[in-house]
Amino acid sequence: MSAKFISIEGITRRFQAPDGSQTTVFEDIWFAIARGEFVCMIGHSGCGKTTVLNILSGLDLPDDGAAIVDGKAIEGPSLDRAVIFQSHALLPWRTVLGNVAYAISSRWPKWSRSQVEEQARRFIDKVGLKGAEGKKPAQLSGGMKQRVGIARALSIEPKILLMDEPFSALDALTRGTLQDEVRRICLETGQTVFMITHDVDEAIYLADKIVLMTNGPEAMVAEIVENPLPKERDRNQIHRHPAFYAIRNHLIDFLVSRSKTFKSEIPADYDRRKPPVILPQNQPQPLPPSHEAGRKVA
Amino acid sequence: MRQTSLRLRAGIVSLGILLIFGLAWHLAVSGSGPTQQMDPEYAKLMGQTAVQGKSAMPGPLDVLVKIWSHLKEPFYDRGPNDKGIGIQLAYSIGRVLLGYGLAMLVALPLGFLIGMSPLMARALDPFIQIMKPVSPLAWMPLALYTIKDSSISSIFVIFICSLWPMLINTAFGVSSVRKEWLNVARTLEVGPFRRAFTVILPAAAPTIVTGMRISIGIAWLVIVAAEMLVGGTGIGYFVWNEWNNLSITNVITSILVIGLVGMILDQALARVARAVSFPE
Repeated sequence: MSAKFISIEGITRRFQAPDGSQTTVFEDIWFAIARGEFVCMIGHSGCGKTTVLNILSGLDLPDDGAAIVDGKAIEGPSLDRAVIFQSHALLPWRTVLGNVAYAISSRWPKWSRSQVEEQARRFIDKVGLKGAEGKKPAQLSGGMKQRVGIARALSIEPKILLMDEPFSALDALTRGTLQDEVRRICLETGQTVFMITHDVDEAIYLADKIVLMTNGPEAMVAEIVENPLPKERDRNQIHRHPAFYAIRNHLIDFLVSRSKTFKSEIPADYDRRKPPVILPQNQPQPLPPSHEAGRKVA
Repeated sequence: MRQTSLRLRAGIVSLGILLIFGLAWHLAVSGSGPTQQMDPEYAKLMGQTAVQGKSAMPGPLDVLVKIWSHLKEPFYDRGPNDKGIGIQLAYSIGRVLLGYGLAMLVALPLGFLIGMSPLMARALDPFIQIMKPVSPLAWMPLALYTIKDSSISSIFVIFICSLWPMLINTAFGVSSVRKEWLNVARTLEVGPFRRAFTVILPAAAPTIVTGMRISIGIAWLVIVAAEMLVGGTGIGYFVWNEWNNLSITNVITSILVIGLVGMILDQALARVARAVSFPE
């Protein structure tokens, strides 16, 4: 039962061009997410990743097929599914506390003011923004704004967290800390997460499963990669794990070449309804010569 | 410190300009022109211009004296043709606020409707486009004919001229609320009323208030002309009445007062605009 908490069943999305022609962004996509799983979707721009996420959030509807959550087809946005937007999408006329409280009072309209405020402060604390409650978004750095977006999404205690490249607009250092925090919070609460990213390392660090999309238009799910790394991982140590380069190379190979060519050389046993699940294993990786040399000097 | 000194310097320059202008004005009107010998009866009719060579144009000091006399007694009422400038102003401001308030009651909800419904936006567009460029005074005869009351007619004229900028700005502000903010409201399952008041209104408020500021400016311009036309009371009537009395000092005084009130109205809305604006 828990294997299919979220089930994407044959969704297709077409867009009408102004000249009347139709573009199919992606077609007949199937995959599933189990409860408590962290799933990343990787693919090049234009493959419809954001559209898939919008369908999951209920902001967009598929032309064909259905996205099913907990046995019910998604028909519109729901407070059970919180979205962290790429552009943080904070309401600039509200303070940090006001932005988070807005979500909470939408979730629990009957709550008293103090209850709402208490919950808001708890989650602002959780993302490390204590002391910034009274600030307006314009007074915050990009990283802090995204923290508020994360606090807002988590504060309504959603069943599913949807993230659309939440860290892509941040500098590398901030991105790292935020990834750590999101990972920590999601692990603590057993949050089910679907996240879109461009960043292979981000996906390896955060995800349990990685869904690979071929290039659009008419994109499809090429395969689903299981992350061979243990659930307990340390950002500074994962590159020493024997399977790290196996999965990293697999993902990069896909993005560099197979995302383009996959459609022309679809394997004979490929089934759209059950995209192949791959578990990259540690194969011996050839060490670059400079690496050996470096070791001797040291 | 730099800023205060800039302000101070600007103030000094302003004062200098005022002094130079006042002095030039004073000199221009105080020179004596050629005098003519004439029959005393005729001289009486011709006034001081002909007899003493004095310019009929009052100097700045005459105007200051006049302003002082108005300030001493702004609200006197000695019959329909002689009321204090304060009373006249109160009539005008009252009409403007009434017409403007009515326009707000219509423009804001209607603007919301147009901004939120592409259908209504397209359907109402031709009417707005045709009505907007019409001088509000062109409505006056129609108003007088249907309403049959000159005072209410001028309120109607204020209503119609304040309507368009508010309506258009409200519709524009509402229709251009950022999609991502609306998406936030949608993912939080915020109902239509709460969305209108907690997302759309604050997001569109700066644009709406800009429209209201344009409207109050136009309304104050139009009330003077409207009152000149319908007569009776108001600062516009006062100006025209004083022209008929050949009291140029009073005309100049009213010009200053009209400017002052217009500035106060504009500044009041600028304050509102600051209150609703938000940095992004």
